Amino acid sequence: MASLRRVRRTITDGAFTTFCWLATGVALFALGLILWSLVTQGIGGLNLDVFTRPTEPSGSPGGLLNAIVGSIITCALAMIMAVIVGVLAGTWLAEYGGESLYAKVIRFLNDILLSAPSVLVGLFVYNILVAHVIGHFSAISGSVALALIAVPIITRTTEDVLKLQPTALRESGVALGTPHWTTIRTILWRSAGSGILTGGLLAFARISGETAPLLFTALGNQYFSIGLHQPNLGLTQPISALPLVIFQYALSPYDDWQRLAWTGSLIVAAAVLGTNILARIVTRERRPS
Amino acid sequence: MTAVQPISGSRPRPRGAAIDPLFKAACLAAATALLAALAGILISLTIGGWPALSTFGLGFITTARWDPVAGVFGGLGPIAGTLISSLLALLFSLPIALGVAVFLVEFCPMLLRRPIGVAVELLAGIPSIVYGMWGLFVFAPFFANTIEVPIMGAAPDGSVWQLLTTGVPNGANVLTASIVLAIMILPYMAAVLRELFLTVPPQLRESGYGMGSTSYEVVTKITLPYVRRSAVGAVMLGLGRALGETMAVTFIIGNSHDVPTSLFASGSTIASTIANEFNEATSPMHSAALIALGLVLFLITFVVLAIARALLAVEREI
Amino acid sequence: MNAVDTQHSDDVAETYEHYAAEVPANLVKLHAKNVDFFYGKSRALYSVTLPVIANGVTAIIGPSGCGKSTLLRAMNRIYGLYPGQRATGEIILDGENILDKRMDVATLRSRVGMVFQKPTPFPMSIYDNVAFGVRLYEGLSHAEMDRRVEESLRKAALWDEVKDKLRHSGLSLSGGQQQRLCVARGIAVKPEVLLLDEPASALDPQSTAKLEDTIVGLKKDYTIVIVTHNLQQATRVSDNTGFMFLGRLIEFGPTNELFSAPKTERTADYIGGRFG
Repeated sequence: MASLRRVRRTITDGAFTTFCWLATGVALFALGLILWSLVTQGIGGLNLDVFTRPTEPSGSPGGLLNAIVGSIITCALAMIMAVIVGVLAGTWLAEYGGESLYAKVIRFLNDILLSAPSVLVGLFVYNILVAHVIGHFSAISGSVALALIAVPIITRTTEDVLKLQPTALRESGVALGTPHWTTIRTILWRSAGSGILTGGLLAFARISGETAPLLFTALGNQYFSIGLHQPNLGLTQPISALPLVIFQYALSPYDDWQRLAWTGSLIVAAAVLGTNILARIVTRERRPS
Repeated sequence: MTAVQPISGSRPRPRGAAIDPLFKAACLAAATALLAALAGILISLTIGGWPALSTFGLGFITTARWDPVAGVFGGLGPIAGTLISSLLALLFSLPIALGVAVFLVEFCPMLLRRPIGVAVELLAGIPSIVYGMWGLFVFAPFFANTIEVPIMGAAPDGSVWQLLTTGVPNGANVLTASIVLAIMILPYMAAVLRELFLTVPPQLRESGYGMGSTSYEVVTKITLPYVRRSAVGAVMLGLGRALGETMAVTFIIGNSHDVPTSLFASGSTIASTIANEFNEATSPMHSAALIALGLVLFLITFVVLAIARALLAVEREI
Repeated sequence: MNAVDTQHSDDVAETYEHYAAEVPANLVKLHAKNVDFFYGKSRALYSVTLPVIANGVTAIIGPSGCGKSTLLRAMNRIYGLYPGQRATGEIILDGENILDKRMDVATLRSRVGMVFQKPTPFPMSIYDNVAFGVRLYEGLSHAEMDRRVEESLRKAALWDEVKDKLRHSGLSLSGGQQQRLCVARGIAVKPEVLLLDEPASALDPQSTAKLEDTIVGLKKDYTIVIVTHNLQQATRVSDNTGFMFLGRLIEFGPTNELFSAPKTERTADYIGGRFG
């Protein structure tokens, strides 16, 4: 009897182990396949034109310049807004809110917003900014939508990293009679600096690949509307963005546009991956201290 | 609060003391902005979708007729599509994610542990539009030619099998969308589950092995029960993400507003419907109907994410 | 800090004896009078009365959980950072009660400085560390600030070791040096009282010896209160010593008298190593 049981256990274990190996193989294979397609399809279209010419109607030689610039501008604007709000909010949760009921509510809502469908964020910003305040699609609306997605990430990382600071450090500042905000600004933020930077990088990586929130806010633009001489710096005009162009081109029937869609995807994926790797490096630098 | 004047000479207040309450107010305002954003989303979706909800009432979520021309909107198709594709995606990816997580904790050769772990985490960050592209251009044609056509051809007439596989063999259907979605949430779930497994104290696992348990027994009797609550929370988090995913499915789900009745049928999700139709909405009622769909999605994901968080709260002190 | 076990303290109350030497009022800089302290509902200090002499070192000793750090932290009201902690009674500094609600805590802390158990250099240069507090209160010129920084570092016996690397980060120093940096930082604002909470407990013997020399050197200009676990340290640096147990001050008097001829049995037991 005992040996029968042993045999059964061995077989189960063997099957289980095999399954785990297989699962990992399947997962790595599927993901590798996707990356492979991305690289082979995208590299084919990668040339100087992509980075120097704006988008053109199908048939004429075109590139992705305005889309790339548009993405950079919307993401940069979004990050500025998100870092200000996110760091302050995270600071409030760590330094002022503590364990109060309101703080618990804010933390809860923050986590919900973190994983909320980005298409709904786009709809919300559409309702407020595009439909009412500004009146039409605009770069600033797109940035606000992206900022709403980035803020929860930065809030969470800022709070976590501030809470890790030693109590004695905080108390040392206070013991000198330092006003609370000076302690936060000159001691705690500086001490937590690399953690906050990591949060920012992760947020940037996330929003640079987002499409849905831009569909109803930034819309896309064949031309450059941004300029110092434009009214409102051109920010109230629609703006192009890489994910938007990819979306449009992928669904089109044109070969050259589809090729550009792949190349655009490769650029976006590379940017996201690069930023994530950078975030890891920053974290690793922090660890020895 | 007037300071008592010290006898031993007066001391000035520290520089910057006056700004303290202003800074605190600014931080509080930023924190409240989060509350305002979420409340704003809920309110604007409700207000925007109200015309559709009040006109169609409960029928909005129970009927499937979506006819912009006639002005009749029933959202059952996209709602069903959302739930079906997300649950299928979860069904496909969960076992594999578990397998990967267990592999990384139990079986992986030490040298490969870090690289593969890092690779999985980085893959979790690939933007969804990449999955959409791959699904549209690579997977769909492959699926249509290599799987769909032969299976449909081989299904005997009138069988359950045939019922499950009716559809246009173009690779754009609920099943392919679910598969792409599954691959997309796979690295994320694997990374979260692996982190959870790593929280099990090594002594616990070691005592299991020390008693002669097999890996299977250690995992099922020690590791999984230890993280059970958080693991369910992680799964629900994956589900929450799948529900809201737009780009990975829009390209490949076929965009039909009917409730999918077979695996190879075209369908739609709430997110894909909104993404495809919002900018070209033909009437105010059409826009309202789309926003109402958004409200439904918001409520579903809110509940799922709230449950996920409550379960995960075991490890993260709130 | 451990809460006082009420059952135990009833036991102590029955055998409670205490002795406190008299200190002439004109020599007292800081005087704690009938101070109670509460962590939420549990009580940590029971009517503690302790005089601190000006320009001298007062040591507070006792086993873990006796309330010595709690008492120290009441003297600069740093417990105020934590809701639920409160103190009643009086702590008189130059005629005013520190514990009064109307007392401006920021100004109080510029007069009563504190050095913590674990060295906590700020993430900035050595120079900026020392200048940090000064910049909050005074608008010194460049040259004046340089002088103040040098003076403080000299008093903390750190000047010679860092004078060539003032712009280096404070975190680049060794543990003992970091702690002396914290002392320099504390005295740069010219406080009247300096509170030291087990300042040498994280340091090796050589750094401890250097720190103790520094403390003795500081007392001609400052009033110092030091909490310590180390009985020999108390005998080396302090003029008066208070022994606390379970939230009460059991004995207080000149250090050499308390250690050579303790007046209460419990003090004698503690000093003799019979518990603690």
